[in-house]
Amino acid sequence: MSETATTKLTRKDFVSDQEVRWCPGCGDYAILASMQKYMADSGADPAKTVFVSGIGCSSRFPYYMNTYGFHTIHGRAPAIATGVKVANPDLSVWIVTGDGDALSIGGNHLAHILRRNVDVNILLFNNEIYGLTKGQYSPTSPVGTVRKSTPMGSVERPFNPISFALGCNATFVARSIDTDAKHLTKVFAAADAHRGTSFIEILQNCVIFNKDFYSKVVDRSVRADMTVDLRPGEQVIYGAENDKGMRFSAKGLEKCSAADADLWDPTSATESQAYAISQLDQDPDTPKPIGIFRSVEAQVYEQQVHKQVEAAVKDKGPGKVQDLVYSGDRWTID
Amino acid sequence: MTTTETPGADLPLQQLERVVIRFAGDSGDGMQITGNQFTQTSAVFGNDLATLPDFPAEIRAPAGTRPGVSGFQLQFSSKDIHTPGDAPDVLVAMNPAALVVNLGALKAGGTLVVNTGAFKANDLKKAKLDSNPLEDGTLDGYRVISVDINVRVLDALVDSTLSTKDKSRCKNFYTLGMMYWLYSRPLDPTVNWLKVKFKSRPELIEANELALRAGYNAGDIHEMFQGQYEVPKTEELPAGTYRNMMGNDAIAMGLVAGAQLAGLQPVLGSYPITPASTILESLASYKHHGVVTMQMEDEIAAICSAIGASFSGSLGITTTSGPGMALKTEAMGLAISTELPLVIVNIQRAGPSTGMPTKVEQSDLLQAIFGRNGDAPIPVISCSRPSDAFELTIDAVRIAVQYMTPVIILSDNFIANGAEPWRLPDLKDIKPFPVQFAEDPENHQTFARDEKGSRAWARPGTPGMEFRIGGLEKDIDGNVSYDPENHQAMTDQRHNKIAAIAQTIPTPAVDGPDSGDLLVLGWGSTVGILTQAVETAREHGLPVSRMHLTHIWPLPKGLEEIFSNFKAILVPEMNMGQLTRVLRGEMPHHNFIPHNKVTGQPFLTTEVTAKIENILKG
Repeated sequence: MSETATTKLTRKDFVSDQEVRWCPGCGDYAILASMQKYMADSGADPAKTVFVSGIGCSSRFPYYMNTYGFHTIHGRAPAIATGVKVANPDLSVWIVTGDGDALSIGGNHLAHILRRNVDVNILLFNNEIYGLTKGQYSPTSPVGTVRKSTPMGSVERPFNPISFALGCNATFVARSIDTDAKHLTKVFAAADAHRGTSFIEILQNCVIFNKDFYSKVVDRSVRADMTVDLRPGEQVIYGAENDKGMRFSAKGLEKCSAADADLWDPTSATESQAYAISQLDQDPDTPKPIGIFRSVEAQVYEQQVHKQVEAAVKDKGPGKVQDLVYSGDRWTID
Repeated sequence: MTTTETPGADLPLQQLERVVIRFAGDSGDGMQITGNQFTQTSAVFGNDLATLPDFPAEIRAPAGTRPGVSGFQLQFSSKDIHTPGDAPDVLVAMNPAALVVNLGALKAGGTLVVNTGAFKANDLKKAKLDSNPLEDGTLDGYRVISVDINVRVLDALVDSTLSTKDKSRCKNFYTLGMMYWLYSRPLDPTVNWLKVKFKSRPELIEANELALRAGYNAGDIHEMFQGQYEVPKTEELPAGTYRNMMGNDAIAMGLVAGAQLAGLQPVLGSYPITPASTILESLASYKHHGVVTMQMEDEIAAICSAIGASFSGSLGITTTSGPGMALKTEAMGLAISTELPLVIVNIQRAGPSTGMPTKVEQSDLLQAIFGRNGDAPIPVISCSRPSDAFELTIDAVRIAVQYMTPVIILSDNFIANGAEPWRLPDLKDIKPFPVQFAEDPENHQTFARDEKGSRAWARPGTPGMEFRIGGLEKDIDGNVSYDPENHQAMTDQRHNKIAAIAQTIPTPAVDGPDSGDLLVLGWGSTVGILTQAVETAREHGLPVSRMHLTHIWPLPKGLEEIFSNFKAILVPEMNMGQLTRVLRGEMPHHNFIPHNKVTGQPFLTTEVTAKIENILKG
């Protein structure tokens, strides 16, 4: 048993000895601090925790966590994390990725890890821009984004990461905000408790190339009216006075008074309501949903993989190389 | 064995030393099964043998067309043989397309067994023939055995409840039966195989066995052949227990054995690709050996999941062919940079791009040795034949874990799907190489090196060893470093580590005199052809020696001295001169003569013998 697991750890125990090299003011700092604190508070064992990342600003994250860490190649963190988890299901595996890493170069792997439901937690830092390559538009940038590679504005429709994950049959889908430590921690805890792939989009400020892109949603002055927190089992309500709500009618999702708001159920049989809510932010006059969109149970990939191995061993007996080589039609020459 | 009770015993029985048969038919005619059954039976009978499957990439190209022709050639012998034979003695042609595609290979005066039932006007049209080769003189000079197999098989199965279509599908077993009679082969191995293959379909066991026996008896009753032949069992193979083996199966077994010798759980990440998929399929059936297989979403995910498994302390493995290697390239660099063990299997096919997926070529050698960004050395091992693939695969695992490096195993379609007798090793003779994971955090540094130049392997889950590694250049602790001196030092260390592997590789033996005018140097699946070609050249009085490489990068030590004793070194390869380039780069003072062929078919021994004669006779 690890010594560290028996003594109460603090946030500092999860801080590595590496100097953090994000730009001053980057939203990543806040997420890192929340994660380090969450790890300590939740009693995580650093020896059994692995952070896997791809490439991009966010992907430096593992170097700053005093756990096991693997900074890999662009877009491939989900595939590598799948191998890490399958090889040792006892590990707690977290993937840190960005909008470019996860949804552009790594879109295929993200889709498939969500489909397989490997028991890992994915944190997608979405700043709607390429930071590390100095400010080109990303697959989540809005149409018309003017940057060096799109001097006349981007002509691509963006991905909505939540809708993408729901479309992949993800079993846990949530959204949070870099600077909202309380909300972020609540979402981390729910993701950590979920068995299967947990997908969290974190709105994250890039102060250099897309400064305050989310201010019309998350600024203190507008936040209460421009976000709606999806809390399982609670009503879908928002507003500074908590007086506004959402409900599902025959016409679809519509605004209503708080009193008429529906209860939020992220465990429903289909993704349809979660999908409808995920599309809310297409309309600038409706609030952007955060919180837990979906949380359902499904078979977990690595458990099924190992169950088959166990079943084969039980059925055929533990294989011996001698039997494998000395099988089939054989003959002897004297 | 043929005795007086056997049908046809009143016909003359002639002994032959060796026979080359080629079965050719439509992709749907079951020619690969027919060939494999003949091979298996000949193996169990005790012949030495070598095979050459030759099939189209299309699963079922339009029936009866030339692109749809599937062939299987084997040579079986009472002597030690090295190749599937240059020219068949017997060609079995199930339809006109198979006949015209393969007739050119048949030996002058050779025997043709033709299924006349498939030579109707429409069949000729599909094969793009204006006249019937059975009647237009095309076959003059060959001994033609005409059999309407289509009708014969329906006659044989007249009492079967199968549909006419299903009855017709038994015609390959009728054909096999005829050839079993002609070459005095026992029927039991195939009958037993049918019983296992169609365990849940007894009607198919019965029908195919009936067709097999009908074909066999036809050889006697119909007197279609003038006599029977016998190729006695070989007395030349070394004593031991043998089984018939194909290269991909041997690699799959070698991976299981290697992982066990290392004390590791084997974890395969793979994506189906011809001609490597059967390794994935075999390993997926070895779950009771503790093998974990993941069929991933693409080639990149396949290698990445294997790298992830190695990071966790398992033996990561990935299997593919050339185009897949191209996609895995960046991830190989990650495994090199983080110094994680990984076994990468490339069953080469003809390229570039999609190339010819079912045809043989050795053109991924430079890709394997050099094909990555940065200075990114990887050890490269090549199988030569199905019977050396098992032990070479184990050696690849050894190198991967002892040197904390990805290792590339090269094979090709000729080895992968070709078969030969494999003398089974005594597994007790293979020395284990158990991995000792680093578990003591005291003074541990992630990239500190041992006397071999390798780093210690620590894995997640170990208290106090928490480390971060990645593809960025790192210092001795694994932390990111852009320090110029550090990058030079780390590059040197990675280079020296791989170079040091040469110390653990035996110098390959020279077959023949260790000095002279000419050394024939090969690698990979050309081994049988080159052995035969050199033997033939010697019979012609030409002094020539031969050497074959299995470990290609790093090159084994001692080559320079050996090469110095020869005036010229002939390097035949199924590529445009890739090994020649490597050798010229490493040892520029020798006279390397390339000899290249890229037709998707192996060299003929005559082609190599002619080249040897050409060089030695000036």
